Amino acid sequence: MKFSLKSLVVIAVTALPFAAQAHKAFLLPSTTVLTESDHKITVDAAVSNDLFYFNHVPMRLDDLQITAPDGSSVAPENVATGAFRSVFDVPLAQPGTYRIASVSNGVSASWTEGGKPRRWRGSEATLKTEVPAKAKDLRVTQVANRVETFVTVGKPSLGALATTSVGIELVPVTHPNDLYVGEAATFKLLLDGKPTAGLKVTVIPGATRYRDQVNDITTTTDADGAFTVTWPQAGMYWLHASLAAEREGKGDEDDNDNGDKGKAGIANRRSAKPAPVSAERPRRVGYTATFEVLP
Amino acid sequence: MRTSLSIVLCGLASTPALAADLDLKLQIPQIDVVEYHRPYVAVWLERADQSVAANLAVWYDLKKRDHEGEKYLTDLRQWWRRSGRELAMPVDGISGPTRVVGEQELRFKSGTAPLGDLPAGQYQLVIEAAREAGGRELVKIPLQWPVQKATVLEAQGSSELGKISLAITP
Repeated sequence: MKFSLKSLVVIAVTALPFAAQAHKAFLLPSTTVLTESDHKITVDAAVSNDLFYFNHVPMRLDDLQITAPDGSSVAPENVATGAFRSVFDVPLAQPGTYRIASVSNGVSASWTEGGKPRRWRGSEATLKTEVPAKAKDLRVTQVANRVETFVTVGKPSLGALATTSVGIELVPVTHPNDLYVGEAATFKLLLDGKPTAGLKVTVIPGATRYRDQVNDITTTTDADGAFTVTWPQAGMYWLHASLAAEREGKGDEDDNDNGDKGKAGIANRRSAKPAPVSAERPRRVGYTATFEVLP
Repeated sequence: MRTSLSIVLCGLASTPALAADLDLKLQIPQIDVVEYHRPYVAVWLERADQSVAANLAVWYDLKKRDHEGEKYLTDLRQWWRRSGRELAMPVDGISGPTRVVGEQELRFKSGTAPLGDLPAGQYQLVIEAAREAGGRELVKIPLQWPVQKATVLEAQGSSELGKISLAITP
């Protein structure tokens, strides 16, 4: 009895990072296609179950990176975080495409202290000083997560879309602000700068509140890391791909983006072999983007 | 021999003679709403692959301060995608103020801006209208260029555009 209670706690603790991931993070821009007489947009940032509604928690904006068409960094304005969402404005001083992203690259740790679960997030450098090395049930995971969206003033450009070779990144074949209903769009996904085959991609149209089915579109990247989506209707779309390193190489297993796979899924992940991505520790990488498809 | 030669010459002379007049009449319908704004309208010729062969007209609110009227040019969605986003507004000979309800007429001459010299081929005349706080409509008229004899092509809009007629005179 005592033993099973303990293992339950372990499951609960290890489930936490996955539970957090189960919800859908998104950046929702007020407009994606603008003219040069537009000077600003506003963006909502939240994590929720339904798209695109603010019904769970606001997104933390610590990792916000806004890139202007010329590659320079833009500071957000009027930043605020409420009960369900964060909000910020983006000044648009140049024509071209802006990339608005929340990029977290770091380490997350969970352990038990005095019988209570503890969680921590930070960098590899602060891990040593802030997390007791001999903590009970210590589990350290490397995290590379990117949540982003794109807006374009005038003609679409590619300057802001340069890749960094960290985590999963999107390379446009079709420009992300040139998406139209009924047309096919192709993108490539890179993992640490290299095209990744066999990565499962989930695409969900917004306005989920007003329909009974999720209507998700799932596809898998080909040998070049490319995948194609034909947009069934106009509107905002949420795109997600992730890789829990423990499962790498096991192909198109259940993704963890819906979070309701239950404890069996978690136990499955726990039992899987550590991945070669990081020799030292398991790694979680995720990519999420919001796209607008026009009629 | 002489006759056939003159026929050949005649044929040679007529082939490059692509000069023609385009006379476009388009109806902006009366719409009974509380808040009415004149529609933004774009007219262009597109090739079979939907690329733009000639931008003919863009009617929008030119008078607003700080080019604010340009903000809504994205509502002319198809035009914006095909060429608007590549242009710096206003464009001489193309931009114009919005027009009132009723029949509006536009005339173009081949060889002259904005129509210019059009290579022979299949085209579509595209008319797109978008109204603030209202709807959007796109009407296309397919045409073969050049025409051998005077031709009138017609189309009918259903919401933001009314009757459209295009008279081509070689």
